[in-house]
Amino acid sequence: MKTRRYIPFRHALYDLLSSMRFAISLLVVLSIASIIGTVLKQNEPYSNYHFEFGDFWFSIFEPIGLFDVYHAGWFLGILGFLVVSLSLCIYRHLPGFVREIKSYRASATANSLQLMQHHASGAGTPDQAAVLAHLKTAGFRWKIRDEDGAVLIAAKRGSWQKLGYFFAHSAMIVIFVGGLMDGNLPLKIRELFGNKVAETRDLPQSKVPPQSRLDAGNGSFRGNVTLAEGGGADVVFINSGNGYFVQELPFVLKLKQFHVEHYSTGQPKKFASDIEVLDRVSGKRITSGTVEVNKPLVVDGVAIYQSSFGDGGSGLTFARWDLATGQKTALAGRSQAAQAIRIGNDDYTLETGDLRVFNIENMGKPAAQTSTVAVSQLEQTLQSARSVKADHNLRNLGPSIQFKLRDSAGQATEYLNYLAPFNDEGTLYLVTGMRRAVSDAFAFVRIPLDDAAEVDTFQRLRATLLDAKNWPEIARRTADKAFKDGAFSATNHREFQAVAQNVLQQFALGGFPALERFLDAKVPKEQRQNVAQTYLKILQGAAIDAMELAQQRAGLPTLTMDAAHYRFLMDSLVANSALFDYGPPVYLQPTGFTEVKSSGFQLTRSPGKNIVYLGSILLVLGIFCMFYVREERLWLRMAGGRTLIAMSSNRRNRDFDREFERHRDALLPQEPGDAA
Amino acid sequence: MTAATLNLRSRSPFDFAFAVLMVIACGIAFARYNPYMDYYEQAILLGATLALIAFGWFWRAMRTFLPVCALVALTGIYIYQGDLARGQTAFWLKYMLASQSLVMWMCVCFFLATAMFWLGMLRRSATALSIGVGLTWAAATAALSSALVRWYESYLIGSDVGHIPVSNLYEVFVLFCLITSLMYLYYAARFNARSMGAFVLLVISAAVGFILWYTFDRQAHEIQPLIPALQSWWMKIHVPANFIGYGAFALSAMLGVAQLLVSRGILTTRLPSYDTLGEVMYKAISVGFLFFTIATILGAAWAADAWGGYWSWDPKETWALIVWLNYAAWLHVRLVKGWRGEVLAWWSVVGLLVTTFAFLGVNMFLSGLHSYGGL
Repeated sequence: MKTRRYIPFRHALYDLLSSMRFAISLLVVLSIASIIGTVLKQNEPYSNYHFEFGDFWFSIFEPIGLFDVYHAGWFLGILGFLVVSLSLCIYRHLPGFVREIKSYRASATANSLQLMQHHASGAGTPDQAAVLAHLKTAGFRWKIRDEDGAVLIAAKRGSWQKLGYFFAHSAMIVIFVGGLMDGNLPLKIRELFGNKVAETRDLPQSKVPPQSRLDAGNGSFRGNVTLAEGGGADVVFINSGNGYFVQELPFVLKLKQFHVEHYSTGQPKKFASDIEVLDRVSGKRITSGTVEVNKPLVVDGVAIYQSSFGDGGSGLTFARWDLATGQKTALAGRSQAAQAIRIGNDDYTLETGDLRVFNIENMGKPAAQTSTVAVSQLEQTLQSARSVKADHNLRNLGPSIQFKLRDSAGQATEYLNYLAPFNDEGTLYLVTGMRRAVSDAFAFVRIPLDDAAEVDTFQRLRATLLDAKNWPEIARRTADKAFKDGAFSATNHREFQAVAQNVLQQFALGGFPALERFLDAKVPKEQRQNVAQTYLKILQGAAIDAMELAQQRAGLPTLTMDAAHYRFLMDSLVANSALFDYGPPVYLQPTGFTEVKSSGFQLTRSPGKNIVYLGSILLVLGIFCMFYVREERLWLRMAGGRTLIAMSSNRRNRDFDREFERHRDALLPQEPGDAA
Repeated sequence: MTAATLNLRSRSPFDFAFAVLMVIACGIAFARYNPYMDYYEQAILLGATLALIAFGWFWRAMRTFLPVCALVALTGIYIYQGDLARGQTAFWLKYMLASQSLVMWMCVCFFLATAMFWLGMLRRSATALSIGVGLTWAAATAALSSALVRWYESYLIGSDVGHIPVSNLYEVFVLFCLITSLMYLYYAARFNARSMGAFVLLVISAAVGFILWYTFDRQAHEIQPLIPALQSWWMKIHVPANFIGYGAFALSAMLGVAQLLVSRGILTTRLPSYDTLGEVMYKAISVGFLFFTIATILGAAWAADAWGGYWSWDPKETWALIVWLNYAAWLHVRLVKGWRGEVLAWWSVVGLLVTTFAFLGVNMFLSGLHSYGGL
């Protein structure tokens, strides 16, 4: 007859939970979940996930918490099970370990000793005092048992090894408890019961309703706030899923000033905020100080960290150049803001972004090095591999402002305009970049500056050159000059003038690309090269005449045609051509700014931190004891004129073999007997 | 280890001479640089001195190795005479003692050592194995000296630029080579198993290949100043502790490969025994695990200072946890379940893949706070 052995469910559950198999399975699941959390970017705005996975997958991923794996209920559940498993494991093993640590196993018989792998015996009886002295130096503790004429010295050392197990495993529980205190579990629970709801609307902080606000008494939190210089806040924001909570602070945080320092290479060297902490009610200063990266300031149990920085809304002034008319007006604005702007007959929104005061760029290898032909490639490579000092050609391009012009249909063109002239081997330009999509690189236009380092002459030339009313006059002047020089003696003056006028017209339609399109359409392929050369010459000549005309009309002296001015005119043609593909016809030339920086802070209150550290110390201590303390037991049994020595250890390896030999040779009487 | 190391009576005069030397070195460093150090750094200096003494007493070869490296580095520093440009003109610096020259010598020695180990193992030539060990020592000397000289060079670039050379991927790869090779040398001597070098040096050679590519293709050897997040004394202890872990795990994985070959009857007579390989593998993992634990805890403590929380589930942190869990499980099945053999060998090989991902892959493929060592 077969009897089914009945195991009560309670015991079976206990066995399962305290088994190592279970613990290891949990570890594996935990690892896999953690991997998912690193591969899938966590806590992004939900719109990003919608975009990336589509609505279907989003509706599956979102409820199971894949966008915040580490705070998902099931993840915390696994951690909880792990703690239960560990606790039971400790509970199960602790009594046995305590017995082991206490016991000397002084009841070992000669037989049981002889069954041990490490044992030896010899004739004679060693001097007990000498034995004990030896054991003492070796760090053993012992117990002596005298029975039926047999003396047994039972010794042991390294009990810490067993304690190590206890330390390491309880450390995990301690760390978990500490982590739980600092985690957002209480908040999650309050969310679950509908007590608190994350705010998803973009509201001013004071308008956020009470169910999304957490009071200053909240035991643990970790939130962020960004302050402009001179600004203050008594709340931080805590991200939660698709929304946020407003956490009230026990004080008011005020940013006096933010500093950035750079190395000579342009990399950031120091971010520091001078802050003041004020009382919420009285406004009295509680403390003040400087917060730096790696140097937080702790006030009232709340640690204040430097976490980011930016532009806090600086005052900006622009010269607004209407590209259609060449007119200049002043425009004032503020960074990180939006304002309406009318360009021609269209309404636009000017969305100003960051003011960047320093733009340190690597301009590539210095020219002197690359032009040295004698230096071979290999030698240069070796030379550079030997030197630890980077020789980069760094240049500060000065302040820049990034902004967007958005039309009424919502289409935006983005610009990056520099305030200071860019000096290219003695010639000055103002640089402006334009792009239509954030993913594109900026296409840069270099606007040449006149002798006074201003844009005015360029704009004057542009207005004259592109105005159809002026073309007959410019073309006439160009033709007159051409015939005076005798360069085109075979051509009829009027024909030449017509051609010049056409060149001007084509250029005014869309710059060099328009001219090229015209040539492609009208001129047979084999002649195109020659005709293009001629057109270019005519255009260059016309540019000189247009400049002359523009200066005369403005009542200004004409430019002498030296190399620098000629280059200015040619650069102007290039810039004009590029400005045909520049979005709305306006160039906002930055002319000044008053910088206001902003600083991002993270404020945390983490009461569990010290508990976690305590657990960490326990963990290291435990691991050290477990691996580097060898628990050893030694028995010396003296009976009937013979001595038996035996040793056992929790870990048998070569070191232990050697250890055994050492004690055997020291403790056993001189003539070796039947050594194992 | 501890009891034997700290037992003063069993110490030789040489041990005490070494200790005195270390104390003097510490004293000089303290006297010269005391004003520039904060309390933490003074504590680290003291701790480092004690650790070096213990290290020299624990492993006697260090009593020679460390002073030799110091001597090489000091010679280089002396020839610099405070002028970085001399690195390109002074003969001894240009070809021998500048940090980059030393790194190149390290690379050469490691490649040659790998070749000698394979020759020695395949032809059962004790001479070749001895030469391999000698070359490995030379490479380790070059590696440590180069790091010391580089440390000095960084201050020559600018007093605000100077920092300990463990701040970017290039610098830690040299550290990785140093630590892995030293661990090999220790176990090779202790278990009389030099032929392990054929496998261990493979992973070092791979790292050396990376260093060369990184130098010539990306100019990664150039010393960069520290960004604010890295300006902390935590870096001095967090990074080296981590690399003891990485080095140990890499070593154990290569021994895993050797063990798997031996278990299939390949190179059986040329490699150490199956059991020896298993034991060294276990020892390396237990050392690595201890230091990796310490490094992760130090990292958490640093994160609490720099990022506002000791644990943010940042990809680097999470992968460190995965590596930690992996080896914790490995040790459990060996110690508690008493597993031996092939599964553990395979596991340690896979462990290296996990570790490599945590070390490199995270920086390359995943973004996060810990993005200092990008390629």
